Amino acid sequence: MNLKLWITLAVGSVSTAAIAQDSNELVIEGETLVTETAAPAHLEDFDTIYSGWRFRSSETQALETDDFDNPAFVFVDQGLDLWEEVDGSAGKACASCHEDVEDFAGLRTKLPRVQDGELVAMEDLVNGCRTERMGAEPWKWSGGKMTAMTALIGLQSRGMPVGVKIDGEAAPFWEKGKELYYTRVGQLDMACSNCHENNYGVMIRADHLSQGQINGFPTYRLKNAKLNSIHARFKGCMKNIRAEPFKEGGDEFKALELYLASRGQGLSVETPSVRN
Amino acid sequence: MKRAIGLAAIAAMTASAALAETVAPTNVTLADGVIEVSLTGQPGDPVEGRKVFANRKQGNCLACHINSDLSEEIFHGEVGPPIDGVADRWSAGELRAIVTNSKMVFEGTIMPAFYIDSGYERPLEDFAGKSILSAQQVEDVVAYLMTLKEE
Repeated sequence: MNLKLWITLAVGSVSTAAIAQDSNELVIEGETLVTETAAPAHLEDFDTIYSGWRFRSSETQALETDDFDNPAFVFVDQGLDLWEEVDGSAGKACASCHEDVEDFAGLRTKLPRVQDGELVAMEDLVNGCRTERMGAEPWKWSGGKMTAMTALIGLQSRGMPVGVKIDGEAAPFWEKGKELYYTRVGQLDMACSNCHENNYGVMIRADHLSQGQINGFPTYRLKNAKLNSIHARFKGCMKNIRAEPFKEGGDEFKALELYLASRGQGLSVETPSVRN
Repeated sequence: MKRAIGLAAIAAMTASAALAETVAPTNVTLADGVIEVSLTGQPGDPVEGRKVFANRKQGNCLACHINSDLSEEIFHGEVGPPIDGVADRWSAGELRAIVTNSKMVFEGTIMPAFYIDSGYERPLEDFAGKSILSAQQVEDVVAYLMTLKEE
Protein backbone atom coordinates (compact mmCIF):
# COMPACT_ATOMS: atom_id res chain seq x y z
CA MET A 1 0.00 0.00 0.00
CA ASN A 2 1.36 3.43 -0.80
CA LEU A 3 1.45 6.30 1.64
CA LYS A 4 -1.36 8.24 -0.05
CA LEU A 5 -3.80 5.35 0.21
CA TRP A 6 -2.89 4.89 3.85
CA ILE A 7 -3.58 8.55 4.58
CA THR A 8 -6.94 8.31 2.81
CA LEU A 9 -7.86 5.34 4.97
CA ALA A 10 -6.67 7.11 8.11
CA VAL A 11 -8.78 10.17 7.35
CA GLY A 12 -11.73 7.89 6.66
CA SER A 13 -11.44 6.29 10.08
CA VAL A 14 -11.20 9.66 11.79
CA SER A 15 -14.43 10.90 10.23
CA THR A 16 -16.15 7.68 11.33
CA ALA A 17 -14.84 8.34 14.82
CA ALA A 18 -16.47 11.75 14.97
CA ILE A 19 -19.96 10.26 14.87
CA ALA A 20 -19.33 7.26 17.09
CA GLN A 21 -20.75 8.58 20.37
CA ASP A 22 -24.42 7.82 20.88
CA SER A 23 -27.30 10.31 20.82
CA ASN A 24 -28.78 9.52 24.24
CA GLU A 25 -30.00 12.33 26.48
CA LEU A 26 -28.84 12.48 30.08
CA VAL A 27 -31.68 13.24 32.47
CA ILE A 28 -30.85 12.99 36.17
CA GLU A 29 -33.70 13.18 38.64
CA GLY A 30 -35.81 15.02 36.05
CA GLU A 31 -33.16 17.53 35.07
CA THR A 32 -31.66 17.45 31.55
CA LEU A 33 -27.89 17.84 31.47
CA VAL A 34 -25.77 19.18 28.60
CA THR A 35 -23.64 16.30 27.29
CA GLU A 36 -23.01 17.86 23.88
CA THR A 37 -22.29 21.45 22.92
CA ALA A 38 -20.28 23.61 20.55
CA ALA A 39 -16.56 23.40 21.23
CA PRO A 40 -14.97 26.45 22.85
CA ALA A 41 -13.22 28.82 20.43
CA HIS A 42 -9.72 27.81 21.55
CA LEU A 43 -10.26 24.22 20.34
CA GLU A 44 -9.22 24.04 16.71
CA ASP A 45 -9.78 20.36 16.01
CA PHE A 46 -13.32 19.88 17.29
CA ASP A 47 -16.63 21.44 16.36
CA THR A 48 -18.53 19.65 19.11
CA ILE A 49 -17.60 18.42 22.57
CA TYR A 50 -19.22 15.47 24.30
CA SER A 51 -19.34 14.25 27.87
CA GLY A 52 -17.73 10.87 28.49
CA TRP A 53 -21.22 9.66 29.46
CA ARG A 54 -22.09 9.53 25.75
CA PHE A 55 -19.42 6.91 25.11
CA ARG A 56 -20.50 4.46 27.81
CA SER A 57 -22.78 1.43 27.51
CA SER A 58 -26.49 1.92 28.17
CA GLU A 59 -26.17 -0.10 31.40
CA THR A 60 -23.43 2.19 32.70
CA GLN A 61 -25.30 5.28 31.51
CA ALA A 62 -28.44 4.21 33.39
CA LEU A 63 -26.59 4.12 36.72
CA GLU A 64 -26.01 7.86 36.55
CA THR A 65 -29.60 8.85 35.86
CA ASP A 66 -30.97 8.04 39.30
CA ASP A 67 -29.22 9.05 42.52
CA PHE A 68 -30.56 5.97 44.26
CA ASP A 69 -28.90 3.70 41.65
CA ASN A 70 -25.71 5.77 41.40
CA PRO A 71 -23.12 3.93 43.54
CA ALA A 72 -21.23 7.22 44.07
CA PHE A 73 -23.93 8.41 46.46
CA VAL A 74 -22.71 6.03 49.16
CA PHE A 75 -19.59 8.21 49.18
CA VAL A 76 -21.54 11.47 48.97
CA ASP A 77 -23.27 10.36 52.19
CA GLN A 78 -19.86 9.75 53.75
CA GLY A 79 -18.96 13.27 52.65
CA LEU A 80 -22.01 14.61 54.50
CA ASP A 81 -20.87 12.83 57.68
CA LEU A 82 -17.38 14.28 57.27
CA TRP A 83 -18.92 17.72 56.74
CA GLU A 84 -20.35 17.54 60.26
CA GLU A 85 -17.37 15.84 61.89
CA VAL A 86 -15.20 17.92 64.24
CA ASP A 87 -11.50 17.39 63.58
CA GLY A 88 -8.23 19.17 64.50
CA SER A 89 -6.94 21.44 67.26
CA ALA A 90 -9.49 24.23 66.64
CA GLY A 91 -12.38 21.89 67.44
CA LYS A 92 -14.17 22.69 64.20
CA ALA A 93 -16.02 20.88 61.44
CA CYS A 94 -16.70 22.19 57.92
CA ALA A 95 -20.19 22.96 59.18
CA SER A 96 -18.79 25.24 61.90
CA CYS A 97 -17.90 27.91 59.32
CA HIS A 98 -19.96 26.96 56.25
CA GLU A 99 -23.63 27.14 57.08
CA ASP A 100 -24.83 24.95 54.23
CA VAL A 101 -22.91 22.90 51.67
CA GLU A 102 -25.40 24.17 49.07
CA ASP A 103 -23.63 27.53 49.33
CA PHE A 104 -20.93 25.93 47.19
CA ALA A 105 -23.22 25.77 44.15
CA GLY A 106 -21.16 26.97 41.19
CA LEU A 107 -17.75 26.42 42.74
CA ARG A 108 -16.99 23.24 40.76
CA THR A 109 -17.54 25.07 37.47
CA LYS A 110 -14.77 27.59 38.21
CA LEU A 111 -12.00 25.25 39.36
CA PRO A 112 -9.08 25.12 39.15
CA ARG A 113 -8.55 28.88 39.50
CA VAL A 114 -5.72 31.26 40.35
CA GLN A 115 -5.51 32.57 43.92
CA ASP A 116 -2.59 34.67 45.14
CA GLY A 117 -0.60 33.79 42.04
CA GLU A 118 -1.07 30.03 42.40
CA LEU A 119 -3.32 27.62 40.61
CA VAL A 120 -5.59 25.92 43.15
CA ALA A 121 -7.83 22.89 42.76
CA MET A 122 -10.77 21.93 44.97
CA GLU A 123 -8.53 19.58 46.94
CA ASP A 124 -6.26 22.53 47.78
CA LEU A 125 -9.23 24.51 49.09
CA VAL A 126 -10.40 21.60 51.26
CA ASN A 127 -6.94 20.99 52.68
CA GLY A 128 -6.39 24.73 53.15
CA CYS A 129 -9.43 24.82 55.41
CA ARG A 130 -8.32 21.72 57.25
CA THR A 131 -4.79 22.87 58.00
CA GLU A 132 -5.33 26.62 58.44
CA ARG A 133 -8.77 26.90 60.01
CA MET A 134 -9.32 23.53 61.66
CA GLY A 135 -5.79 22.72 62.75
CA ALA A 136 -6.29 19.28 61.21
CA GLU A 137 -4.08 17.07 59.09
CA PRO A 138 -4.47 17.48 55.33
CA TRP A 139 -6.23 14.65 53.52
CA LYS A 140 -4.46 12.58 50.88
CA TRP A 141 -5.17 14.06 47.42
CA SER A 142 -7.04 11.04 46.06
CA GLY A 143 -7.94 9.33 49.33
CA GLY A 144 -11.45 8.23 50.27
CA LYS A 145 -12.18 11.18 52.58
CA MET A 146 -11.05 13.74 50.02
CA THR A 147 -13.01 12.24 47.13
CA ALA A 148 -16.11 11.92 49.34
CA MET A 149 -15.84 15.64 50.16
CA THR A 150 -15.09 16.79 46.59
CA ALA A 151 -18.03 14.68 45.38
CA LEU A 152 -20.33 16.32 47.92
CA ILE A 153 -19.14 19.84 47.09
CA GLY A 154 -19.06 19.17 43.32
CA LEU A 155 -22.61 17.80 43.42
CA GLN A 156 -23.86 21.26 44.44
CA SER A 157 -22.90 22.44 40.92
CA ARG A 158 -24.46 19.53 39.06
CA GLY A 159 -26.19 20.73 35.89
CA MET A 160 -24.28 24.02 35.80
CA PRO A 161 -21.95 24.66 32.83
CA VAL A 162 -18.20 24.28 33.22
CA GLY A 163 -16.71 27.76 32.95
CA VAL A 164 -13.10 28.04 34.04
CA LYS A 165 -11.13 31.23 33.54
CA ILE A 166 -8.25 30.79 31.12
CA ASP A 167 -7.13 34.35 30.41
CA GLY A 168 -5.39 36.97 32.53
CA GLU A 169 -3.33 35.45 35.31
CA ALA A 170 -4.67 31.97 34.47
CA ALA A 171 -3.13 32.13 30.97
CA PRO A 172 0.37 30.85 31.79
CA PHE A 173 -1.06 27.88 33.71
CA TRP A 174 -3.42 27.14 30.84
CA GLU A 175 -0.57 27.30 28.31
CA LYS A 176 1.46 24.89 30.42
CA GLY A 177 -1.47 22.47 30.60
CA LYS A 178 -1.97 22.69 26.85
CA GLU A 179 1.68 21.90 26.25
CA LEU A 180 1.45 18.83 28.50
CA TYR A 181 -1.67 17.69 26.64
CA TYR A 182 0.22 17.57 23.35
CA THR A 183 3.52 16.19 24.67
CA ARG A 184 4.29 12.53 24.01
CA VAL A 185 5.58 10.58 27.02
CA GLY A 186 6.34 7.05 28.14
CA GLN A 187 7.75 4.00 26.43
CA LEU A 188 4.64 3.99 24.21
CA ASP A 189 5.42 7.62 23.37
CA MET A 190 1.88 9.00 23.32
CA ALA A 191 0.24 12.31 24.18
CA CYS A 192 -3.27 12.80 25.57
CA SER A 193 -4.22 14.13 22.14
CA ASN A 194 -3.27 10.93 20.31
CA CYS A 195 -6.16 9.04 21.90
CA HIS A 196 -8.64 11.65 23.13
CA GLU A 197 -8.46 14.19 20.31
CA ASN A 198 -7.44 12.17 17.23
CA ASN A 199 -9.17 8.88 18.03
CA TYR A 200 -12.14 9.49 20.29
CA GLY A 201 -15.17 7.40 19.46
CA VAL A 202 -13.26 4.29 18.43
CA MET A 203 -12.45 1.18 20.43
CA ILE A 204 -9.00 0.66 21.95
CA ARG A 205 -9.28 -3.03 22.65
CA ALA A 206 -12.23 -3.27 25.11
CA ASP A 207 -12.48 0.44 25.83
CA HIS A 208 -14.44 3.08 23.93
CA LEU A 209 -12.22 6.16 23.69
CA SER A 210 -13.91 9.38 24.84
CA GLN A 211 -12.76 12.98 24.50
CA GLY A 212 -11.31 12.73 28.00
CA GLN A 213 -13.66 15.34 29.47
CA ILE A 214 -13.42 15.88 33.24
CA ASN A 215 -16.86 17.39 33.94
CA GLY A 216 -18.00 14.38 35.98
CA PHE A 217 -15.21 14.06 38.56
CA PRO A 218 -14.73 12.63 41.05
CA THR A 219 -16.15 9.72 39.09
CA TYR A 220 -17.29 6.34 40.33
CA ARG A 221 -15.61 3.66 38.23
CA LEU A 222 -17.08 0.17 37.97
CA LYS A 223 -13.51 -0.99 37.43
CA ASN A 224 -12.41 -0.21 41.00
CA ALA A 225 -15.76 0.42 42.74
CA LYS A 226 -14.76 3.75 44.27
CA LEU A 227 -14.56 7.46 43.56
CA ASN A 228 -11.59 8.48 41.43
CA SER A 229 -10.04 11.92 41.48
CA ILE A 230 -9.04 13.75 38.31
CA HIS A 231 -5.34 13.44 39.12
CA ALA A 232 -5.65 9.72 39.92
CA ARG A 233 -7.16 9.25 36.47
CA PHE A 234 -4.28 11.17 34.87
CA LYS A 235 -1.90 8.92 36.75
CA GLY A 236 -3.68 5.81 35.44
CA CYS A 237 -3.48 7.06 31.86
CA MET A 238 0.22 7.80 32.19
CA LYS A 239 0.95 4.36 33.59
CA ASN A 240 -0.97 2.78 30.71
CA ILE A 241 1.47 4.36 28.28
CA ARG A 242 4.35 3.31 30.55
CA ALA A 243 5.16 6.89 31.57
CA GLU A 244 6.34 8.03 35.00
CA PRO A 245 3.28 9.93 36.31
CA PHE A 246 3.51 13.46 37.63
CA LYS A 247 2.69 13.98 41.30
CA GLU A 248 -0.98 14.16 42.32
CA GLY A 249 -1.64 17.73 43.41
CA GLY A 250 1.55 18.91 41.68
CA ASP A 251 1.91 21.85 39.28
CA GLU A 252 1.81 19.71 36.13
CA PHE A 253 -1.43 17.90 36.91
CA LYS A 254 -3.13 21.09 38.12
CA ALA A 255 -2.18 22.85 34.88
CA LEU A 256 -3.45 19.87 32.88
CA GLU A 257 -6.65 19.89 34.93
CA LEU A 258 -7.23 23.55 34.03
CA TYR A 259 -6.58 22.92 30.34
CA LEU A 260 -8.87 19.87 30.25
CA ALA A 261 -11.61 21.71 32.12
CA SER A 262 -11.38 24.43 29.46
CA ARG A 263 -11.84 21.84 26.70
CA GLY A 264 -15.19 21.07 28.32
CA GLN A 265 -16.48 24.64 28.72
CA GLY A 266 -20.28 24.54 28.50
CA LEU A 267 -20.79 20.87 29.38
CA SER A 268 -22.83 20.32 32.54
CA VAL A 269 -21.06 19.36 35.72
CA GLU A 270 -22.04 15.68 36.25
CA THR A 271 -20.36 15.13 39.60
CA PRO A 272 -20.47 12.39 40.76
CA SER A 273 -20.57 10.57 37.41
CA VAL A 274 -20.43 6.83 36.73
CA ARG A 275 -17.99 5.34 34.23
CA ASN A 276 -16.52 1.93 33.50
CA MET B 1 34.18 -33.72 33.04
CA LYS B 2 36.26 -32.67 30.09
CA ARG B 3 33.40 -33.37 27.80
CA ALA B 4 30.99 -31.27 29.91
CA ILE B 5 33.35 -28.30 29.76
CA GLY B 6 33.69 -28.79 26.02
CA LEU B 7 29.92 -28.73 25.59
CA ALA B 8 29.60 -25.66 27.77
CA ALA B 9 32.24 -23.90 25.69
CA ILE B 10 30.43 -24.76 22.49
CA ALA B 11 27.13 -23.57 23.96
CA ALA B 12 28.74 -20.28 25.00
CA MET B 13 30.26 -19.80 21.55
CA THR B 14 26.93 -20.51 19.90
CA ALA B 15 25.19 -18.02 22.20
CA SER B 16 27.70 -15.26 21.49
CA ALA B 17 27.47 -15.97 17.78
CA ALA B 18 23.70 -15.55 17.95
CA LEU B 19 24.05 -12.35 19.98
CA ALA B 20 26.55 -10.94 17.52
CA GLU B 21 24.00 -11.23 14.74
CA THR B 22 21.22 -9.42 16.61
CA VAL B 23 21.00 -5.77 15.62
CA ALA B 24 20.71 -3.45 18.64
CA PRO B 25 17.87 -0.89 18.48
CA THR B 26 20.28 2.00 17.93
CA ASN B 27 22.01 0.19 15.05
CA VAL B 28 18.92 -0.58 13.00
CA THR B 29 19.12 0.69 9.41
CA LEU B 30 15.70 1.89 8.31
CA ALA B 31 15.79 3.45 4.84
CA ASP B 32 12.87 4.46 2.59
CA GLY B 33 10.39 2.77 4.90
CA VAL B 34 12.17 -0.58 4.72
CA ILE B 35 14.41 -2.74 6.93
CA GLU B 36 15.65 -5.40 4.55
CA VAL B 37 17.60 -7.66 6.89
CA SER B 38 16.24 -9.71 9.80
CA LEU B 39 17.07 -8.10 13.16
CA THR B 40 18.27 -11.48 14.44
CA GLY B 41 19.82 -12.75 11.25
CA GLN B 42 17.24 -15.55 11.36
CA PRO B 43 13.68 -15.95 10.10
CA GLY B 44 11.02 -15.43 12.78
CA ASP B 45 8.54 -17.99 14.08
CA PRO B 46 4.96 -17.20 12.96
CA VAL B 47 3.41 -19.33 15.72
CA GLU B 48 5.23 -17.32 18.40
CA GLY B 49 4.46 -14.10 16.52
CA ARG B 50 0.75 -14.78 16.72
CA LYS B 51 1.06 -15.02 20.52
CA VAL B 52 3.09 -11.81 20.74
CA PHE B 53 0.51 -10.03 18.56
CA ALA B 54 -2.31 -10.86 21.00
CA ASN B 55 -0.46 -10.67 24.33
CA ARG B 56 -1.37 -7.49 26.23
CA LYS B 57 2.06 -7.32 27.89
CA GLN B 58 3.94 -7.80 24.62
CA GLY B 59 2.75 -6.57 21.22
CA ASN B 60 -0.85 -5.95 22.29
CA CYS B 61 -1.43 -5.22 18.60
CA LEU B 62 -5.10 -6.12 19.04
CA ALA B 63 -5.51 -3.00 21.17
CA CYS B 64 -5.61 -1.02 17.92
CA HIS B 65 -6.01 -3.47 15.01
CA ILE B 66 -8.82 -5.82 14.02
CA ASN B 67 -7.49 -9.25 13.02
CA SER B 68 -9.91 -11.98 11.87
CA ASP B 69 -7.22 -14.61 12.35
CA LEU B 70 -7.52 -14.01 16.13
CA SER B 71 -11.30 -14.15 16.29
CA GLU B 72 -11.07 -16.20 19.50
CA GLU B 73 -9.96 -13.01 21.25
CA ILE B 74 -13.08 -10.96 22.03
CA PHE B 75 -11.92 -7.33 21.88
CA HIS B 76 -10.20 -5.88 18.83
CA GLY B 77 -9.39 -2.18 18.66
CA GLU B 78 -10.15 0.20 15.79
CA VAL B 79 -7.45 2.86 16.13
CA GLY B 80 -5.27 1.51 13.30
CA PRO B 81 -6.15 -0.21 10.02
CA PRO B 82 -7.37 -3.85 10.02
CA ILE B 83 -4.60 -6.43 9.71
CA ASP B 84 -6.48 -8.87 7.46
CA GLY B 85 -4.52 -9.46 4.26
CA VAL B 86 -1.64 -7.30 5.45
CA ALA B 87 0.89 -9.51 3.63
CA ASP B 88 -0.80 -8.65 0.32
CA ARG B 89 -0.18 -4.96 0.90
CA TRP B 90 3.31 -4.86 2.40
CA SER B 91 6.60 -6.69 2.01
CA ALA B 92 8.41 -8.27 4.96
CA GLY B 93 10.95 -5.44 4.90
CA GLU B 94 8.20 -2.82 5.06
CA LEU B 95 6.39 -4.63 7.88
CA ARG B 96 9.67 -4.95 9.79
CA ALA B 97 10.17 -1.19 9.48
CA ILE B 98 6.59 -0.41 10.58
CA VAL B 99 6.81 -2.66 13.65
CA THR B 100 10.30 -1.43 14.54
CA ASN B 101 9.61 2.28 14.29
CA SER B 102 6.40 3.29 12.58
CA LYS B 103 7.16 6.99 13.04
CA MET B 104 9.90 6.63 10.45
CA VAL B 105 7.28 5.41 7.98
CA PHE B 106 4.15 7.40 8.93
CA GLU B 107 4.99 10.81 10.32
CA GLY B 108 3.05 11.69 13.48
CA THR B 109 1.43 8.27 13.87
CA ILE B 110 0.04 7.20 17.25
CA MET B 111 1.60 3.74 16.77
CA PRO B 112 4.41 3.03 19.23
CA ALA B 113 7.87 2.08 17.99
CA PHE B 114 8.37 -1.49 19.17
CA TYR B 115 12.12 -1.69 18.74
CA ILE B 116 13.70 1.50 20.07
CA ASP B 117 15.27 1.79 23.51
CA SER B 118 15.74 5.57 23.71
CA GLY B 119 14.19 8.75 22.39
CA TYR B 120 11.05 8.61 24.52
CA GLU B 121 10.48 10.84 27.59
CA ARG B 122 9.57 9.98 31.21
CA PRO B 123 9.42 6.17 30.88
CA LEU B 124 8.36 4.24 33.97
CA GLU B 125 11.51 2.97 35.63
CA ASP B 126 10.85 -0.66 34.72
CA PHE B 127 10.81 0.21 31.01
CA ALA B 128 13.58 2.83 30.83
CA GLY B 129 16.25 2.00 28.26
CA LYS B 130 14.26 -0.95 26.95
CA SER B 131 12.39 -1.68 23.76
CA ILE B 132 8.78 -2.90 23.91
CA LEU B 133 9.67 -6.07 22.00
CA SER B 134 12.94 -7.97 21.59
CA ALA B 135 14.52 -8.40 18.15
CA GLN B 136 13.32 -12.00 18.17
CA GLN B 137 9.75 -10.93 18.98
CA VAL B 138 9.78 -8.37 16.15
CA GLU B 139 10.92 -11.06 13.73
CA ASP B 140 8.27 -13.46 15.04
CA VAL B 141 5.54 -10.83 14.53
CA VAL B 142 6.81 -10.05 11.01
CA ALA B 143 6.81 -13.77 10.18
CA TYR B 144 3.26 -14.05 11.50
CA LEU B 145 2.06 -10.98 9.57
CA MET B 146 3.49 -12.48 6.37
CA THR B 147 1.07 -15.41 6.80
CA LEU B 148 -1.95 -13.07 6.66
CA LYS B 149 -2.86 -13.19 2.97
CA GLU B 150 -6.27 -12.84 1.42
CA GLU B 151 -5.42 -12.93 -2.29
